[in-house]
This record gives sequence, structure tokens and C-alpha cells, in this order.
Amino acid sequence: MIADGVEDEEKWLSAGIAGLQQNAFYMHRALDSNNLKDALKYSAQMLSELRTSRLSPHKYYELYMRAFDELRKLELFFKEETSRGCSIVELYELVQHAGNILPRLYLLCTVGSVYIKSKEAPANDVLKDLVEMCRGIQHPLRGLFLRSYLSQVSRDKLPDIGSEYEGDADTVMDSVEFVLQNFTEMNKLWVRMQHQGPAREKEKREKERSELRDLVGKNLHVLSQIEGVDLEMYKEIVLPRVLEQVVNCKDELAQYYLMDCIIQVFPDEYHLQTLETLLNACPQLQPSVDVKTVLARLMERLSNYAASGAEVLPEFFQVEAFAKLNNAIGKVIEAQENMPIDGVVTLYASLLTFTLQVHPDRLDYIDQILGACVKKVSGKEKLDDRQATKQIVALLSAPLEKYKDIDTALKLSNYPRVMEYLNARTNKEMANVIIQNIMKNKTRISTAEKVDALFELIKGLIRDLDEDLHDELDEEDFKEEQNSVARLIQMLHSDDPEEMSKIIHTVRKHILTGGRTRLPFTVPPLIFSSLKLVRRLEGQDESVSGNEASTTPKKIFQIVTQIIESLSSIPVPELALGLYLQCAEAANDCDLEPVAYEFFTQAYILYEEEITDSKAQVTCIHLIIGTLQRMHIFGVENRDALTHKATGYSAKLLKKPDQCRAVYACSHLFWLDEHDRIRDGERVLLCLKRALRIANAVQQMANATRGSGGSVVLFIEILNKYLYFYEKGVSQITVESILDLIELIRSEMNGDNAPSDPAADAFLASTLRYIQFQKDKGGAVGERYELIKV
Amino acid sequence: MNYIIGAFKPACSISVTFSDGKSRKQVALKKENGQTVMVPLFQSQETISGKISVEPVSGKKVEHNGIKVELLGQIEMYFDRGNFYDFTSLVRELDVPGEIYERKTFPFEFSTVEMPYETYNGVNVRLRYVLKVTISRGYAGSIVQYQDFVVRNYSPPPSINNSIKMEVGIEDCLHIEFEYNKSKYHLKDVIIGKIYFLLVRIKIKNMDLEIRRRESTGSGSNTHVETETLAKFELMDGAPVRGESIPIRLFLSPYELTPTYRNINNKFSVKYYLNLVLVDEEDRRYFKQQEITMYRLGETSEATL
Repeated sequence: MIADGVEDEEKWLSAGIAGLQQNAFYMHRALDSNNLKDALKYSAQMLSELRTSRLSPHKYYELYMRAFDELRKLELFFKEETSRGCSIVELYELVQHAGNILPRLYLLCTVGSVYIKSKEAPANDVLKDLVEMCRGIQHPLRGLFLRSYLSQVSRDKLPDIGSEYEGDADTVMDSVEFVLQNFTEMNKLWVRMQHQGPAREKEKREKERSELRDLVGKNLHVLSQIEGVDLEMYKEIVLPRVLEQVVNCKDELAQYYLMDCIIQVFPDEYHLQTLETLLNACPQLQPSVDVKTVLARLMERLSNYAASGAEVLPEFFQVEAFAKLNNAIGKVIEAQENMPIDGVVTLYASLLTFTLQVHPDRLDYIDQILGACVKKVSGKEKLDDRQATKQIVALLSAPLEKYKDIDTALKLSNYPRVMEYLNARTNKEMANVIIQNIMKNKTRISTAEKVDALFELIKGLIRDLDEDLHDELDEEDFKEEQNSVARLIQMLHSDDPEEMSKIIHTVRKHILTGGRTRLPFTVPPLIFSSLKLVRRLEGQDESVSGNEASTTPKKIFQIVTQIIESLSSIPVPELALGLYLQCAEAANDCDLEPVAYEFFTQAYILYEEEITDSKAQVTCIHLIIGTLQRMHIFGVENRDALTHKATGYSAKLLKKPDQCRAVYACSHLFWLDEHDRIRDGERVLLCLKRALRIANAVQQMANATRGSGGSVVLFIEILNKYLYFYEKGVSQITVESILDLIELIRSEMNGDNAPSDPAADAFLASTLRYIQFQKDKGGAVGERYELIKV
Repeated sequence: MNYIIGAFKPACSISVTFSDGKSRKQVALKKENGQTVMVPLFQSQETISGKISVEPVSGKKVEHNGIKVELLGQIEMYFDRGNFYDFTSLVRELDVPGEIYERKTFPFEFSTVEMPYETYNGVNVRLRYVLKVTISRGYAGSIVQYQDFVVRNYSPPPSINNSIKMEVGIEDCLHIEFEYNKSKYHLKDVIIGKIYFLLVRIKIKNMDLEIRRRESTGSGSNTHVETETLAKFELMDGAPVRGESIPIRLFLSPYELTPTYRNINNKFSVKYYLNLVLVDEEDRRYFKQQEITMYRLGETSEATL
């Protein structure tokens, strides 16, 4: 059915074109032979093709354009005819003899154009007559095209300032009147279109109407092009008249399109000066009109205008643009009761953008907008509308982008209240935006108060909000979010230790609410942040600690302990252990032996009680050994206790190679280069020997279980330890023992059942090369190496 | 054939020339046989004068019982074709009985002739003016020659010429108010007006303004009325809505109109009407007819308009 319709239309169109061309042919012949009578006859017949009612606007346009081209030739002919002595007035009458109205009016407009050019009558009289006569076409489509033709042929002939048709002072007014009238009539026809034809084709008709809108809008464009339309005239006549038509036509499509048209075609400063008039029209539009987009576009234009230069800003202040816009938005929202919430938010977002551009210094305005927005959304629980939440994010992001400073947002009391209305997902998204903004602008947040506010803002990331969305939470995203928070914690800094301590307290308060999933992410940065403070205090030490007793390393360590303890509820012992060791090291730097000891104790307890996985144990024991090795504040007793424990743990690891490695690592606990106190060669040797024993055991076990020798890598590693301590001058490490070891390794490698192991070969080779290198280097160390005769 | 025709060929030729024939305006007149000829134009009270020359066929003499010229105003009803009713009849004797041997010219004059009616060619009736030259002969039958001329009478612009304004309608369906600027129009006039739609509940397709001529002939029970539509002028295309006002501007010059004739010699009348026709989408016609009076304005004053 529909396909048929389209086919039929094609047929009608081609029939129309054929008829038009045929008559155009005869018309051309008449034109060539200067036969006016025939020219009129055939042109009228040609134009009769435009009387069809069967074509859609699109197809009709095609036909119209062909007729338009032909009429240009006819116009030229009329012009020649007048220069040949035919009176234009007669011609003007002659074309009106045509019996059919549509051809008659097309011809009249064509002659009218020549008439104006001849200047035999005031242009305005002719224009007025033409626009009045066109009323005869009440068929919307045909009327629109006819009037559009009139507009087309008249637009370069409008009396205007500086135009050749300029008359006395009133003529500009008449031109405006002419265009306005044509506009009004066209709009009426356009609006009427929707009521014609069967109701079931309404949708199709609306689509067709929409295709025609530019014909109507062009009039506004013409108006904007008239030089004589100055601000005064625009304000007093043009705008009120146009708006009157827009409001009175009561048509959704037209109102939306025309409002937008007005906003786009006239200059910014006109809008600014007539803001009130323009805005007053908005609440009067049909409730279904998308006023929010209209207003948003207006504000966008004004924002851009404001951005164009500082010199225009006083204009904005002068007309109180903000107050008017704010007021208008309120009224529109009131008038359109069922405006969706996203519309409301869009409006506020646009207003906000505008305000940021025009009144960047008026935080109170911004807060006011946010407040109004809160009031509007307050009826609802949470916003689930995607569009609306998107708009709220835009609304909240705008100030951040403008001020590049979260500080400003924190000053806005309504800011967090708006965030309240976001659902958990969007809230998080917004929190992310905030964090990203801080990162990007490297904003320093330096008071506990602000930190508190900030964390309140981003609480969506800090803790679980009411509803539980874990089911749909992507783990990757979650990690990403929490990493952001971690980075944020690192950004919090105050030069004042006192304040910094407060910040730490605040952060702690917030992150402790985060629950088990978040703490592993948020605790470490806070600990490190705290340790940084400790180190800073240590650095300025004496000078400050005297009078500001409240912030001492000791106190901070207390908090830190508590924070780490909070991790105990979550089985992340490795993390906690690592943190304890970090703290211990910091305490070491502060010369707080008992504190450091306590931290170690805690670490050991964790090791003993919580860490059961053998792999984790290996990692942890190496951490412990590494940290302990660097500790220098422990007294002999404490140190003995700790090292004893550490070696004990090492020996108890499950896998022999791990045991071996841990044990030889322990050797370092007894020899510190930089501390004379801790140089116990005996125990170093003891450790290494023990390691050797274990390595042997590994070898034997390999033989026993697999029938082949195990790797000699362990031996080579031990050899390296021997060389290290030998180089350091540990007297207990003798040349003989080294040579013995090398011998042992070689025999193992060349043994019958030794597997070939290129890695081990290379390892040994490079170890030997090192020895050679040291020999070649000479000096004290070289001399010692000389003794090793490989 | 030629021979036979030759036998009945009149013995002489008669020609009529008007004294101001060169300068007098000539107008087209449609003859009974459908041919159009150009004939001089007169108006009432004018003097009609000229010369009549009689030229015998060479070498023959014309014997006659007298020559006369008559000026006749005649009305011919088509149901009674050939039967002329003379409302005006003037006679001038040109020659006493005698013989004519060679071309002979007679002057004639009808001074200030009263010709109250205009030449008219209607559907059922014809009014004509003619000069009839008769050469009376006893036995051979008279020789008669006709010369047509046209009479048109001019009127001054009427002193009272009200506009026609009327509100008409069908209840709850269509109410319009129309206005024509005058009730009396001259033949080259232009009708200006407007139609204002007060109520539109039907879907109108278009609106035309027609000029209709109503010719009634006879009288009493024999009255015969013939109506012709002389002009069909489209005023509006499409369906208007309430409050629309559609302009009218109709130039009358392209149409062949005559003045309104009222009861011409009790024989016939010609009246003109403006008929406003609205056609709806189901092709139903709604119309309102208004009589207008047509008059002929003097040529000179016409030109200035």
C-alpha cells in the first residue's frame, strides 16, 4: 500500500514535470517571438502544474524548483517587455486576468518583482499588494511555496537602509511589516497542515511538515538581514510580533522550531537586551514543547557571547541576565508540570554553565542554582533516569571544570545535596570525576575540614551506600575506583604537621567505614602518608616538637597501629605485615626502639598466626629479613630475640630450597657494613654452613626421588654469599672454604647423573668472571681475590 | 452555375458611405452567418449622414419607382426568426421614380436620431440598427441593400454607488461575509472586495467568483430566461479557517460584457450577477448570487481610469 503510494507519487511527479516542460517549451517559443499574449497563456498553463494536491512536500519542491527556474526567464522577458515600451502597470494588470488563482499569483509576484525594479511605484506598495493577494491560497503546501516564492523574489528588493529602494524613514518599517506578514501567514499555513488529511497519517504529516519548516524560518532570517532592524525596532516591533505569532499558533512543532530560529538568527546583544520578552514567552508555549532545549540553546549562545570578550560582560550585569534567566526557568518548570526531571536538570545545567561564564565570581549564584535543583528533585527518591543522571553529572562537573579547584565546589553548600540524589552508580561516577579533577589540576587539599567535606562528597567510593550493587559491580572497575581513592589520599597534604595530623584523623574516620573490600586499597596510602609526616617531624625534630606536643611521632604511630589493626578483620595479613614492617622502619628512623620492637612483634605474630600459605611465608620472611637487617636501634637483646626468631622461621619453611635461601639471607642479619656493633662473623658462617647443609639435603632428596642430581644453583647462590662476605673481610670466611665450594659445585656439575643446566652453567661462569674481574681491578679487594685460585 | 447566378445578379450595386466614415470608430459586429465585420459606431442623438451611390451594371439602365433610405432599429426574437420588430423607423426619399443610367450619388442625413437601445447579440434575442436602401421597381422586384451599424450609449458614473455587503451562511456549517466595493460597475471596471470567513465547519476546496448574464425574453407566461456564465474566476485555493479574509480583485475588461438592459421595449432584459461559489471536498457547491448593474462609461473618462 505504502509502496504503491510512493510509486504513484513518482508517476504524478513525472507527469507534472512533463506537463510543465511542455508548456515551458511553448512559453519559450512565445518569449523568443516576443509574443506577450502567448507567453502569459503558456506560463499560466505551466504554473497550473503546481496546483496538484498529490505530491508530498519533497516531490512538490522538485516541481516547484523547475517552475522557479522557468519563472526567472519569464521575469527577464517582462523586464525586456517594459523596456520595449509595454507599461509595467498594464502588465501588472494583465497577469491578473488569469482565471486560476495559483498561476495568477505566481505571475503577479514575478511581474511585481519587475515592477519594484522599475521604481514606477514605491516598492512597499507593490510588496503590500503582493503579500495581501497571496491570501487567496489557503492550501497549506501550495500557499507555503507561493509565499516562499514571494519571499525569494522580494528579498533583494526590500526597502532598507542603504538599499536602492530606500525611501523615507517609514520604509524600513514597511519592509519589516511585509516580512512579518508573510511570516505570519506562512506559519499559519504551516501549522494548519497538521489538521488536513486522515488522522492515521498524522505521523507522516508531521514528518512532512518538519521538512517544510525552513520555508517558514527563512522569513526570520530575512528579518535579521534587514539593516534597518536595529535594536530599538527589534525590541519594539519585530520580536513582540514574532513571539505573538509563535505563542498564538499553539503548535508544538512550530513553537519549538521558531523559538530556536529566533535564538539562532538574531544577534546575541539583541537577545541580551530583550531577554525578558523572550523569556516571558517560554512559559506560554505548549506544555509539550521542548522548552528546555530552547532555553539551553539560548543560554549556550549567551554563554558563548560572554566568553567572546570581557567587554560584553557589563551588558549582562546591566540587564540582570542571571536573575531573569533564573526566574524564567523557574516559571517554565512551574508551567510545564510534567516536564521530565531530566529536562529540569538540563535547564539548571545550562544556567549553571551560563553563570560560570558570566559571573565566575558569584559562588552564591551557583549555590542558588544547585539549591533550586535540589528542591526540584527532592520529591523523588533517587534518580534512575539515565538522562537525568547524566545531566546532573554535567551540572556538577561544570563548576569543577571552570574553577579547576575542588575548593570552590566544597564551598557550595548545595553541592553535596545534589549528589545525594544520584543513584549509587552515578554517585560513584561523579566521585570519580571529582577525583580526576583533583588529579588533573593537582589541587592541594590542605585542611581537615575540606578533607572532611570532600570525603563526604565522594562517599560513594568510600563506602557502600544504601543499596547493594555488588552483584553487578565489575571487579576491574572497583579496583580502578579504589586506586583513585588511594591516589587522592596521597594528594592530601598540609605543610602544617598539626593540620596534617588532623587530616590523617579525618581520612581514617572516613576510610574505616569502607568495609573489608576497600580497606586494603585505602589503608596503605594513609599509612604511607602518615609515615611521611613522621619523617617530616623527624627532620625538623627539636625545633618544633618542644612546643607542639600534640603531634609527635609517637602519637602518629599510635594511630597508625590502630589503622593497621583495622585490617585484621580482613584476612590480608601479608599487607598488614608489610605495613608493620614499614612502620617499624620509620620508628627506627625516629629512634623509637620500643615502638619499632612492638611493630616487629606485631609482624611476627601475624606471620605466626595468619600466614599459612608457604609461598606467602617465603615472601614475608624475606621482607622481615630485609627490614630487620636495616634496623639499627635495637639493643643487643632485642635484636637477638628478633634475629633468632627470623632464623628460626627461615629454617622452618616447607620447601628445602626456600629454607636454604631464607637461611643464607639470614646471614646478613649478623653483618652490617655500616654498624660496627653488628658484626658477628661466626654466626654468618653458621648461617651459610647451614644453608650448605640444606642444599646438600636438597641434592640428596633429588637423587633419591628422581634419580638425578638436583640443580646446583643453590650452591652457586651460596658461593656468591661466601664471596660477598669474603669481600667484606669477614675473617671466618676462608679462601679454602670458597675453593672447596667451587670444587664441590664443579664436581656436582660434572657428575654422572647431573642434568645439564645451562642457567647454572652461565651463573657459575659469571660468578667466576666476577672473581677474575675483582682480581684484575686490583687494590685491597683485588688482593684478597688473588688468594682465590680457581 | 456562374451563368445562373449571373442571371439573378442585381442590376445595380448600392453602396453606403458615412460622412465621417474615415474618422469614426469602427467596431466588430458578428453577423448572422457568423462572420465578423467592422462597422461604424454611433450613439443616440448623433446625426447619421452620408452618401448612397447607385451604380448600374455597366451598359444597363435601372428603371425605378423611387429610391429611399430607412434607418431601422429592430428586435429579432430567435423563436420568431426573420420577423423583425421595428422600434425605430425613419425614412428619407432619395429619388423620385425615373431611370438611372450611370453611377448616381445621393446624400442623406438623419439628424439627432433617438437610438435609446444598444446593439445587442444575445442568446435568444438580437437588437440591431441598420440602414436600409430600397430601389423600388414595379415588376422586377425591389433592390434592397442593408448597412449595419452599432449603437452604444454611454452613461455618466452613477451618483449613488453603494457597496454590496452581506453576511450569509448555513447554520453551524459556514458563515461568510462578503463585500464588493460597488453595486454598479462600468465595463472596464475592476471589482474589489473581500470574503471574510466567520465560521467554517466544512472542508472547502476552492472558491470562485462567477459573472453571470441573465437574458430574459418575452413577457408574461412566454418569458424565456437564459443564463450564461461569462467569467469563472478563482478566488481561493484550499480550505480557509475561521478569521481568514480573502481578497477579491477581478478585472472586467477581459470579458465581453454589455451594460445591464432593463425591459428593452418590453421585449427583453439583460442582467448581470456576481455569483460567489464555494466548493467543498465532496464537490458540493455553496453559492450566493448578487445582482450588479453594468453600465458603459464614456470612452474618454474610461481611458483615464
